[in-house]
Order: sequence, then structure tokens, then C-alpha cells
Amino acid sequence: MARYPKPAAGSWTEHYPQLGTGPVSYEDSISPEWYQQEREAIFKRAWLQVGRVEQIPRTGRYFTKDISAANTSIIVVRDGDDVRAFHNVCRHRGNKLVWQDFPNEDTSGTVRQFTCKYHGWRYGLDGSCVFAQQEGEFFNLDKADYGLVPVHCDVFAGFIFVNFSEQPAQSLREFLGPMLLGVEDYPFGQMTDRYAFRVECRSNWKVFSDAFMEFYHAPVVHVGQHLSPLRAAITQMGYEAPHYQVEGAHGLVTTAGSLHRVWDMPKENVKPADLATRSGLFGPWDKSDLGELPPGINPGKVDPWGLSSFQFFPNFAILIWEAGWYNTHQFWPTSHNTLLFEGNVYSLPAKSASERVGREMAAVSFKEYSLQDANTLEATQLGLESGVIDQFPLNDQEVLVRNFHKATADWVHEYEHELAKA
Amino acid sequence: MALLPSEFANLEPFATRWSLATERERWEERVSSSIDDMQALYDAIIPEVGEAIAYCDKFPLDEMPDDAVNLLRLIYSFVMVSFAVELWRQQCPPDTLGTQFERISEPLP
Repeated sequence: MARYPKPAAGSWTEHYPQLGTGPVSYEDSISPEWYQQEREAIFKRAWLQVGRVEQIPRTGRYFTKDISAANTSIIVVRDGDDVRAFHNVCRHRGNKLVWQDFPNEDTSGTVRQFTCKYHGWRYGLDGSCVFAQQEGEFFNLDKADYGLVPVHCDVFAGFIFVNFSEQPAQSLREFLGPMLLGVEDYPFGQMTDRYAFRVECRSNWKVFSDAFMEFYHAPVVHVGQHLSPLRAAITQMGYEAPHYQVEGAHGLVTTAGSLHRVWDMPKENVKPADLATRSGLFGPWDKSDLGELPPGINPGKVDPWGLSSFQFFPNFAILIWEAGWYNTHQFWPTSHNTLLFEGNVYSLPAKSASERVGREMAAVSFKEYSLQDANTLEATQLGLESGVIDQFPLNDQEVLVRNFHKATADWVHEYEHELAKA
Repeated sequence: MALLPSEFANLEPFATRWSLATERERWEERVSSSIDDMQALYDAIIPEVGEAIAYCDKFPLDEMPDDAVNLLRLIYSFVMVSFAVELWRQQCPPDTLGTQFERISEPLP
């Protein structure tokens, strides 16, 4: 018996009839060839989130970002009110332009100009070539022809996106669409206390993303995060979301606040350290005052509302929590069966030690359950790669997983179609 | 030279080992410590964690004296070991030894 009403079609999945209800293949997660197609069709054509504007608050502040899936590194730099992105490659002889100590690691800093470590060519913050060493030795060299190669770059709600197409088929806002645009007025820019995490994992990027699109696994994989007297009941109860939404390739799942209200639970069911720090798995108990939230945060009008997890196709997610904080997930493929996962936990700047302690508890909890996910997903990859099984059933709580794999396939097929036409 | 405020002298024996500045250090200490050692830290702190947090709250975060910062770091270590003590009864969550999850930046202190 469903705890929450389902759409008139009978289920969330059937509410989106293009998804079908049959078992799905995971060949898309074990095939090196398919991954090469995804790189071309998705990672070189979709808008990709690469960071926040607070990382580059002043002119000349920059960071580099290696994007293996697009086979490049980029420089993202602040130039006055503009945020610009360039391929991180010197125009003279192709040296990676900005790096420090380790050529294959990301870096950040402040510059007036970018200077190549190899022959000293220099570039302004607008990418123009401003100096070529021994310019007179070259043959008809016009520096104006040798600026850094720009990458399309736009900012939404303080999140910096890039697009590697020559000409993106859609603007960033068109690409995001109304559902994701609905989070725009959330006060992300004020929430500058940041706990950042990373892990390199041996699983396909979609296999890893899958686990962050459904909470069906939570009462099993993460049940140990609760005190033992509660565990059997939690697993038995399972998980249902009161609201799912699919909009093109993007997705949303909202959970009910009643699940999160640890402070309303009998004390004997709460971890003593959670009681001591007034925080835990779902964040600090004392709600941050963010003022009135935009209605787009909870488009399903779930009451009591707990969490909205917005899935930005192809590889980014923002999770906004009732208690007044948010976190992000990002899934960067590095091969067909490896990825780099980046997680961030953001809140308003702590005003006191007790607030910091609450955030520390939330950040440690985030790590405890992410470790559980990461290791499990390596096991999933191994199982899939055995090739023993080629069809997998997905339930209604996995509707976003179903949509995500369909969307990646649609992007690949659409791109092939375009190539065939050209 | 005491590391902690005199009001918390009873926690002093834990400070050298557990008043650690970063999550990376606290995690390393957790995975290389016995459950008995973590239980001892946990048992020592939990009765007065409220007082300890209240003590740290007397100062603005960016103007905390060293001994209060050490106390705050000890509370962070209490948070760190609490998962091993209250839930797992081992250093790491079960079935997670094949992976790492590095915290690469955090607000300080």
C-alpha cells in the first residue's frame, strides 16, 4: 500500500509513458565503445557545472578543471563582472598552460596574466595573447590570431557552467528548463561554509549517479547509520518518495520532512552524539534562517517537506534540505568504468562554535554514508561487468534512474542522427 | 603547558593525541586506533560535551584562544569517533574498506 498518492496513471513511471516499465539493459555502463560515444555526444555538447562564483571572487582569481570526459583541461577566471573559460593550452606549442607541480592536477590562484611555463608566452584574462617571447623570430606572427581557445561559459545561480560545443544548441537557461530554473532564487551565494570531498571510484559514472537518484537503497545500505533497535523497522518500512518529477533529461525527487525530524523522536532512538551536537544524518537540527524559499524548491508542494534533490543532466545534482543547508554531487567519468566523485556540503557561515560542531557532525555523516555508497557501487560495477545478466528490473522509486539512462541513450542517438545527416 | 582550558583539565590526557586541526588527521587517527581507545575518548567527553561547546561559544570563531581551539578540535574528534563507538564497533563503516572519501577543504577552526 503506497504511503503517498501516485499520479493518476498509477505510478510515477507510467506518468511519463516515454519511459516504459520493462527491464533495462546496463550494457551502457560496461561498454568502452559506448563511453566513447557518450564523451562526444554528451560531455562535448551538454552544459557542465564546473564550480561556484565564490571560488573566484576577484578579478584575476582562477581555477583549472580537468575534464577527462571531454579530453581537456579548462581555466575558469574572473575578469571584472565576467567569468570566462578557456582551454588550458598554450597556443605556441600546446603546453598545458596553467598547472603547479603536477601537470595532471587541478590548481587555483590569482594572476594578472597567464604565463606559459615553457616559452613564456603570456595571455590576458580575456584570453588574448599579449606577449610572445622573441616575437621577431617568428614568421608573420600576429598575436591577435593566437588567443586562448575560449569555451562557452555561463553562470546560473552562482554555479558556473561550460559547454564544449562550437555553438551550443541551447542557451544554458534553455538547457536547464523551468524545473531547474526554479531553484535560482535560493540563497546559494550566502552559503559559503563549504566542506569539500572527492573520491576516485571504480564504477561507471552512471552506475554511481544511479545511487544518488533513488533512496530505495537507503533503508538497506545506510540502515546502520541508525541505532540498532530501529534498524529492522526502517528496512521493513522501505522508502517511498512523495514526489518525483521528470523534465527532459533532468529529474527531481522530494522526500518528506517527517523522516528527517530526528528531534521529534524518542531520545532512546537517537544517537547520543547527535543529541550532544544537535545534528546528524540530515544536518543540523537548528534550522538556518534563509528567509522565504522560492516555491521552485518544492514544486510538488510536499508538506512536511524534507529534501529536494535536483538532478542536472548529465552529471550534477543539488540537494536542498529543510534545515537550511545544501549539498552537491558531481560524477566525472574518467573511463567507462571509473569516475571521480566530488561532493560539497554548504551552509551559511557559522556564527559560533556550536554551529560549527553541528556542521562537522553533518559533514562526517555525509562521509560515512558516501563511503557505503562508493564501495557498494564498485561491487555493482563488478557484477554488471560479469555480463551474466543483461536485463534488470527497475521499480517506481527508481524512475529517475530509468529516465537518466534513457536520456543518455537519447543524447547519443540524437548526436549519431545529426552526424548521419551532416 | 596545558593544551586545554583549566576547566577541562580532566580531558588533558586526550588532547595531545586527539586535538587535531583537520578532518584528514582525525580520520587517520580513527582508523589507526583501537575501539577501546576511542571508547575512552568518547566516554570522557560525552558527559561534558555540552559545557565544552558552551565554553567555545564564548569566543568569536576567528578570535578563539589556542586552548579553546584545542577544545573545539577535541569535540570534532569526539564527533569523528562517535560513529565507530555508537554504530560500527569497528573503525570504518562495514564493507567500506575498498574505498576512500577524502575531505579536501573545510572551514577552520
